[in-house]
Amino acid sequence: MSRNAIDTSVSDHSVSDHSVSGSSVSDTTLTTDAAAYCLQLGDDALIYAQRLGDWISRAPQIEEDMALANVGLDLLGQARELLTRAGQLDGTGRSEDELAYLRDERQFHNVHLVEQERSDFGFEMARMLWFAAYQCELYAALANSSDETIAGVAGKAVKEVDYHRDHASQWVLRLGDGTSTSYVRMKEGLERVAPYVAELFEDDAVSVAVSEAGVGTLPSSLWDSAFGHVSRVVAQATLTLPTDSTWRSRGGRQGIHSRPMGFLLAEMQHIARSHPGATW
Amino acid sequence: MYGNDFIDPDEPLNAAEFGDVDDAVAAAATTAAQRAEGGSSFEALLAADQRIEPRDEMPEAYRKTLIRQIAQHAHSEIIGMQPEGNWISRAPSLRRKAILMAKVQDEAGHGLYLYAAAETLGVDRAELLDLLHSGKQKYSSIFNYPTLTWADNGAIGWLVDGAAIMNQVPLCRCSYGPYARAMIRVCKEESFHQRQGFEILWTLSRGTAAQKDMAQDAANRWWWPALMMFGPPDTGDAATTGGHTAQSMAWGIKRFSNDDLRQKFVDMTVPQAAKLGLTLPDPDLRFNEETGHWDFGAIDWSELWRVLKGDGACNAERIERRVGAHHEGAWVREAANAYAARHDLGQQQEYVA
Repeated sequence: MSRNAIDTSVSDHSVSDHSVSGSSVSDTTLTTDAAAYCLQLGDDALIYAQRLGDWISRAPQIEEDMALANVGLDLLGQARELLTRAGQLDGTGRSEDELAYLRDERQFHNVHLVEQERSDFGFEMARMLWFAAYQCELYAALANSSDETIAGVAGKAVKEVDYHRDHASQWVLRLGDGTSTSYVRMKEGLERVAPYVAELFEDDAVSVAVSEAGVGTLPSSLWDSAFGHVSRVVAQATLTLPTDSTWRSRGGRQGIHSRPMGFLLAEMQHIARSHPGATW
Repeated sequence: MYGNDFIDPDEPLNAAEFGDVDDAVAAAATTAAQRAEGGSSFEALLAADQRIEPRDEMPEAYRKTLIRQIAQHAHSEIIGMQPEGNWISRAPSLRRKAILMAKVQDEAGHGLYLYAAAETLGVDRAELLDLLHSGKQKYSSIFNYPTLTWADNGAIGWLVDGAAIMNQVPLCRCSYGPYARAMIRVCKEESFHQRQGFEILWTLSRGTAAQKDMAQDAANRWWWPALMMFGPPDTGDAATTGGHTAQSMAWGIKRFSNDDLRQKFVDMTVPQAAKLGLTLPDPDLRFNEETGHWDFGAIDWSELWRVLKGDGACNAERIERRVGAHHEGAWVREAANAYAARHDLGQQQEYVA
């Protein structure tokens, strides 16, 4: 599997040679980009937390109900801080709840990976492995962000997502190297997740701008390390990463989503929108 | 009728906030230190108010009673994840979503402590789950009621968790050590749950007209089922439970009658409803100056029996989801077992170069 179709106009960097530093968020263009960047990261975390919440009381064993709730809670905490920061940076002063509950689908900037419906446990561990591997590299880089809030969120979150990555890795090992049935289901999980992976590592105008300003980092720069981790786990689990699929997801960062997203938002936002102005 | 416009954090809101749990911890430590002084027979330990521990001799009927009670309690925690779990996706603010996820996660944790406590009596969790799934063991009937609105999450915390705590605080002094210790931890967490439920209703009852109506509707629907959680009368002329209570009391498993606990719950809860500005759906509810207690109307026990027998709104749904998750997860558990059998899991597998 390769990072197929990723924007080749932006060169690859490893995490280590792309530390973020430099300017603070000051001029208007930059704050707009920084706000959009916070929305991208915050929306990824929020929407995946929403999907993980659906597992609670449906997991394979009680310990896993607790673990998936824990991962979801961590992501929700990250989302709340990043959305709040987005509302500060864009000058609207919108709260985490206004951003979570009162935006329409086209205003959400998460990748398609996190909005896909809950499926079986093999799919979920494949999704979590990739997403946590990505987030580990992301937050490690953002701990040096010139935006103190983002750096603070990242410094705390990097420890959380390290646990998430470990949790998913341990399960992929057990499922890949467990029974013949689990081998097949884990393999299928990796195959179903594969078309959504490249989008995570794709640069766009927002990430390029915040990266140049030292506020954020280029998603493409995270690929090597994230891929390295996933491929080691998959190999040890006696599995192989799927070959490139004929299609891949794209557009989430621009608010172009897949079919499940509208239904997810309808469910998530319904009560809050039914009572305009209410406090909960 | 509104009370003060704030929740006094120092005012106890549930039975776990009166110091009884801490007293039970202290008493257990004291009696444990004196354990060597008395005899070690089951009767001697009970007489000295000592805890019975897993390796102590115990009558088979005591062991079976405890397994049934602890398992039913564990099953209730696990099934009890569903009514509120159904609202995680729809919680109306991110703060409420986080609290609800943490709360439902706690219920899973309570289930685990309790299954572990039951396992000290020589059964295993898989056996107990099979008994739940096949309908041979029960869970609390309260979870067969539906959660229709957001306010139901408040009512469950305030009334259902409040009633559960009233039942569970005395169990912190239960004669069986592992159960008593599990209950201490559970009560402390449940106390927090009850408080967050009250706070949901507090916020709603100070909100829009629609929110206030939602809160009142939830209180109306959950009040009577919460009173039924204490079970039918089990002592005196009205007793309908066939003598189990007397035996459980003699064994130090049960310490108060169902009616005593129910009355304590009513006495604690009625003033809280007034603070919330909510009414309770009982025209006979009035303070009795002579007894110093709140009198309440007759409970419709036919409803409890009907729901217990399976004719509640959610009996089928709750079990179907639990059994479905268990079956769908079987391949995952089998894989974990197969992997563990082939690898030395004394240490986690190293996969990072």
